[in-house]
Amino acid sequence: MADNKGILVVGEAAEGKLLPITAEILGAGRKLADELKEPLCCIIIGAGLGDTGKAAVAAGADKVFLADDAQLKDYENSTYMQVMEKAVAELAPKIIIMGQTANGRDLAPRLAFKLGVSAVMDCLELAIDGGKLQCTRPVYGGNAKAIFTSDDFPQLATLRVKAGTPLAPDAGRAGEVAAFAVALDASKIKAKVLETVKEEVAGVKIEDAAAVVGGGRGLGGPEPFTKELAELAKILKGAVGASRPPCDNKWVPDSIQIGLTGKIIAPELYIAIGISGSSQHMSGCSGAKCIVAINKDPEANIFKEARFGVVGDWKVVLPAFTAKVKELVS
Amino acid sequence: MNMIVCCKQVLDPEAAPATFKLDAANNRMVQPPEVKPVVNPYDEQAVEAALRIKDKDKAAHKVTIISLGNNLVRDVVKKPLSMGADELILLEDAAFEGGDSFSVASALAAAIKKVGAFDLIFCGRQESEWDDGQVGSGLAELLGIPSVTVAKKVEVLDGGKVKVERVIADGFQVLEVQGPALITVSNELGEARYATLKGIMAASKKQPVVWKPADIGVDAGKVGAAARKAKIVKLFQPVKEGKCDIVSADSPAEAAALLANKLREAKVI
Repeated sequence: MADNKGILVVGEAAEGKLLPITAEILGAGRKLADELKEPLCCIIIGAGLGDTGKAAVAAGADKVFLADDAQLKDYENSTYMQVMEKAVAELAPKIIIMGQTANGRDLAPRLAFKLGVSAVMDCLELAIDGGKLQCTRPVYGGNAKAIFTSDDFPQLATLRVKAGTPLAPDAGRAGEVAAFAVALDASKIKAKVLETVKEEVAGVKIEDAAAVVGGGRGLGGPEPFTKELAELAKILKGAVGASRPPCDNKWVPDSIQIGLTGKIIAPELYIAIGISGSSQHMSGCSGAKCIVAINKDPEANIFKEARFGVVGDWKVVLPAFTAKVKELVS
Repeated sequence: MNMIVCCKQVLDPEAAPATFKLDAANNRMVQPPEVKPVVNPYDEQAVEAALRIKDKDKAAHKVTIISLGNNLVRDVVKKPLSMGADELILLEDAAFEGGDSFSVASALAAAIKKVGAFDLIFCGRQESEWDDGQVGSGLAELLGIPSVTVAKKVEVLDGGKVKVERVIADGFQVLEVQGPALITVSNELGEARYATLKGIMAASKKQPVVWKPADIGVDAGKVGAAARKAKIVKLFQPVKEGKCDIVSADSPAEAAALLANKLREAKVI
């Protein structure tokens, strides 16, 4: 549509601070906006948004809209949809970008279908081609990649965590911050958040750690995660993660699942122990600078993805490896 | 409760990566004939979520499965019946093939309108071919009903309300939703039940209802490939350039020590 102009990024904040995904999608959005020579706007929806508007300008936004309301404190789609519908109607963006987060993966499809378009989900790359958005994303569990575009506007995409590169924050950047008031229609709110339960593990999070030690089905049970893997992670000042089978078997909490539908990690070092290396798991860790694999199956797919590996029983290999690493780093 | 579960027949996502071959002419991947297709694993968990509700009062609750595609394998699409679902509806026609989330959700919405009144719709959080995760939420939007995605627990309350635990980054939310509603289910729900021998025998006697576009009141041009909104520019398999340095020695312990040294040399540790 000729009337659609500019890019709208849907940012996320918590406890008065921008979440890292916001700077990532603003970084990606800035490149697209510069290429289209159109403005980059950002809307942040929540409660107690404090200085997040200024932070979003520093991260690349030309104009930031703050939808700050006690009723928006907890994400719920029939509430957030009302804000987004008003934002799209008033701002008429050409392209809308969200993060592929718990909120983004829930909100983007509903908004897209409401607008009579389809979103492109979990993108790795966004580009402009012929004035339109082109999105590259993994498909078939990561066994293939596809490039998508569409003929309808607005074009909607969600960007995978850590796929966008934040700009260096520039407190001197010029940009506007404005309140975005929405009169919420209570009759349209169909769900109520009763409570939010946090299940955080102690120590550094796997998505923030510089080194991650991951365990898979090959470990056979929960003990190695809290013992041998935890020991190695401690020496490397890192965190313990897992592929999906240990989570499904309840050996470890779901929050440390690394994979396509789990956490996306991109540490300096990822050590995969007893992990076969399915495409779905690799989707979560392929951003690691160096992947090391320990597995007793020489045909395991992980050896096609890793930079270094040892074929052997982790029960023998890991203790010897940990002892040597401890010696080298001390 | 009348519950509907949308289930998709997919290539086996657990099969080795090497079994996935590019069919560029048709913009899709295929597997060799010896690798059997399966029900999308998240959709099996959606069936499990519905059956856990049905378990509480088998006579009072009904679970209807809807699958969309073409040349669907009866053994595969009947699996939810073997698990304990009551009825199977197939939207089976060449016109339904090659759709994106929008055209698939549009067809499902038309079929569900024909099915009639329902209390809950369950979908897997995403299917394992396009990994899009849009059909569930999109279908709810087209039907004008509330949705909760990535659920790990679903409990029926009084007055047509449902209590849902929704997985978020480091924990979960607990929501109360007014039905009729759509819920997408994630693996945190727990393992889907196996088909029992009794269930397989019962399923083999059931014939699915088969509907074509005309049966659900839609034009063939409004479903499948013809009604896609997402255009595929290119589908490809990235070439893996990586070469793994497999460290070996006379004993695994020696190899382990060698590995540590290599990492130190490479300045990784």
